[in-house]
Amino acid sequence: MNSTLNGVIRQVEGAILGKPQQIRLALACLIARGHLLIEDVPGVGKTTLAHVLSGTLGLQFSRIQFTSDLLPADILGISVFEREKNQFKFHPGPIFTQMLLADEINRATPKAQSALLEAMEEHQVTIEGVTRKLPAPFFVIATQNPSHQTGTYPLPESQLDRFLMRIQIGYPDEKAERSLLCGIDRREIIAGLTPQMDIADLLALQQRAKEVFVSEALLDYVQALLRHTRESESYAHGLSPRAGLALLSAARAWAMIDGRNAVIPEDVQNILPGVVSHRLPSASGQTAQQLIEAVAIP
Amino acid sequence: MNRQLIYVLVLSILIVTAPHAQHLPPWVSSFGAILLLWRSYLAYANRPLPKRPLLLAITVVAMCGILIEFHTLFGREVGIALLALLASLKLMEIKTRRDAMALIYLCCFTIITNFFYSQSLFTGLYLLITLLVVTVAWIHLYAPGSAFKARLKTAATMMLQAMPLTLILFVLFPRVEGPLWGLPQDAYAASGLDDMMSPGSLGRLILSDDVAFRVTYKSLVPRRDQMYWRGPVLWDFDGKTWTKGQTKHGIAPRFSDISQPVEYTVTLEPHNKNWLFALDVPDKVSVPARLTYDFQVISATPVHARLIYHARSELAYRANLQESDIQLERALQLPPGLNPRSLQLARSWREKSRHNIEIVQRALDYFHNQNFRYTLDPKPADSIDDFLFETRQGYCEHYASSFVFLMRAAGIPARVVTGYLGGEYNSVGNYYIVRQSDAHAWAEIWLEGAGWQRTDPTAAISPERVERGLSTVQMAALPLAGQIAWLHGLRMDWDALSYQWNQWVIGYNSERQFAYLSRFGLESLSLQTTYLVAAIGLILAAFALFMLRHLFKCKQDKIQAAWLKVCRKLDRRGLPRATHEGPADYAARVAAARPDLAFRIREIAGLYIALRYASSQTDHALFIRLASAFKA
Repeated sequence: MNSTLNGVIRQVEGAILGKPQQIRLALACLIARGHLLIEDVPGVGKTTLAHVLSGTLGLQFSRIQFTSDLLPADILGISVFEREKNQFKFHPGPIFTQMLLADEINRATPKAQSALLEAMEEHQVTIEGVTRKLPAPFFVIATQNPSHQTGTYPLPESQLDRFLMRIQIGYPDEKAERSLLCGIDRREIIAGLTPQMDIADLLALQQRAKEVFVSEALLDYVQALLRHTRESESYAHGLSPRAGLALLSAARAWAMIDGRNAVIPEDVQNILPGVVSHRLPSASGQTAQQLIEAVAIP
Repeated sequence: MNRQLIYVLVLSILIVTAPHAQHLPPWVSSFGAILLLWRSYLAYANRPLPKRPLLLAITVVAMCGILIEFHTLFGREVGIALLALLASLKLMEIKTRRDAMALIYLCCFTIITNFFYSQSLFTGLYLLITLLVVTVAWIHLYAPGSAFKARLKTAATMMLQAMPLTLILFVLFPRVEGPLWGLPQDAYAASGLDDMMSPGSLGRLILSDDVAFRVTYKSLVPRRDQMYWRGPVLWDFDGKTWTKGQTKHGIAPRFSDISQPVEYTVTLEPHNKNWLFALDVPDKVSVPARLTYDFQVISATPVHARLIYHARSELAYRANLQESDIQLERALQLPPGLNPRSLQLARSWREKSRHNIEIVQRALDYFHNQNFRYTLDPKPADSIDDFLFETRQGYCEHYASSFVFLMRAAGIPARVVTGYLGGEYNSVGNYYIVRQSDAHAWAEIWLEGAGWQRTDPTAAISPERVERGLSTVQMAALPLAGQIAWLHGLRMDWDALSYQWNQWVIGYNSERQFAYLSRFGLESLSLQTTYLVAAIGLILAAFALFMLRHLFKCKQDKIQAAWLKVCRKLDRRGLPRATHEGPADYAARVAAARPDLAFRIREIAGLYIALRYASSQTDHALFIRLASAFKA
């Protein structure tokens, strides 16, 4: 099982240069059955990452480009009257897929956004009174431009909470950038990707991640972190219990990717920035790293 | 140790030992206070703790001081002095969490010692607050990062959560009466009536506001002028002092023509004497006691703890219509050669009267008509003569004493009875408070065909003292009396609360426990015992489980301690671990900085991670061995 995981990581790292941390976070998010929000300026490889991941994991992929005139039906699907059969037939929207790339999600109106976000939470959609299950696994990678850019509808905090992680990709370092500039076109690379595992493997991985051991000592640490955000005056409000659960499931997935069957504090520290930064409105510009440094490991 | 923790600990010790300051020698209190101040300063200025030899010297000095002061190292006061001093000293050498823990336990223990001196509601509330503060310190030990407010909240929550168990234990835990829980005889500094009366002895008592006892009447409440609570009866007079005297010829009292029964419950404050108080004349008492030949109720054991008893008295009675000649003779004894003018006066009444009853009336008239004045602050009178013919001012003690003297001089057997009169009605709790200030002395004379009869000469001078109570007499002299009415109301409320506290908390003894449990159908003793044992068994089992969990925790603590030791060793070599740094990260950093240690530290960190964070049963002994053998 670890060899398949390593194969996945190797292939993705071959396509996305110099971003091992982000790749592992994205994978951990996927394995922890969470959705991923990537926030960064255009052109740093958000879309590429989504493409590469779906190609490598062998997931059915579709993409929605969010625009300000996007309607919920464009996402969920619509029933169309078929004259020959004299009845309505449901045409599923792009959401009926295993990996959905919701590109520039903050360009769409809140109405369209919430259609997607509700589906993400429930893993099912209800259209015209009929509830339809989404495929499993169902994984959303949403990208958004930093909200201060023009023409955006920032996601409200309650909606942000639906994403297990929010990560930034950032610019590549000198060396990675050089090989990026010299190397072959990313599109060709994506076209040449071969699936490194199948759906059954992925579901088994997700199940195994749930079974990674969490000790009392580690729970103490997670609770100390939660308590600190609630009691410290640096934050407008603390992390919710759901955020605590998110921390644990992400840390389990991370530990598994790291080849361990028990979570250690370092796992929590690695996934913490991704998991908490969008849930923690900080009054004084506290970064996740500052949170880590403020809380002693018990 | 974190500075805030030190402050909380200093505060804990301070408020826990503060009430003891009133019993301990001043130097002990100041010594402790100086230590606490010193420690606070060290924490504030972030200075190192004093060295061991210095601490040892301070300890020795303190011990010597205590030895010199008390001449022993055993006993209640000494124990408390030692506790207070050692707690402050422990704070001076506090380094680890374990030290702090020990100190917190010490504080908890010291909290209990406060009950040696007072078990009032106020003390209870105060100690509850101290417990809260100590709990805050305790929580601080485990969650040093949290804010004070949050900790206070947690502590309060914990105490609230502990409440049900406390209540169950309070109700169910067997009350053992006897030496196990018994307090030393001097446990209560009690004031109260004595079995003698010398000039001013009652006067001192009357100035005291302390509660003597509280009374609830069952149905019928007697008139105020019937509320004579009988205490020691005094027979012998030496010219100054009345004493009980001794007799071998006491006969069992015989009451006839009794009527007007009244039932009541008395909650008697401890006075370290044998006598109980009852209205004249007592008929039944619920606790083991006997009735003496002069109608006193004497308990089998001195009243060292608050005592609740039910009693019945007959307000109308004839007592000892037949009295032994020896007793009558005793009741006529006068010190020879003293107070000639009084003797003269009594004899003149004797000559002028045909019946004894006339003499009594003449005496009362004399007090009423001769310009006697009732005052709590009289001019001192040296003798009965002096009082009757010169000063003519005084209070119950003077009137009772001189009246009995006059009666005896006139040939009527008489004796002085001390006790309490009246009491203050508390409308909040529907009971009467009898204070030391209600102490009273009156006379009893024996008349042929009527037996012993109560005669209160004070009533002849100041009827309102008898009818409305002493406080009204005093109030009249107090100009502010009206304005402090609300204060008085508050005081009544508080007293009612204290009364309930005494009734239900302090007074909950084994007898009441069984009575209470039998209400739930646990009537037979064996069944009760079964339930009690079962309940205690359950509690003990829960405790044992808790302790087992604690044992597991201890193993975890050992592992953690060994790991922290390794970190400290590396710290000394310039590789400190940040508090937020996980073991894997730290091991990697150490390995990079010190390639010679790389193997060792990786091995130790690996074992530590396996023991602390993984589910596998790794051998923790190996880890502890490796960790303690580790050399940086």
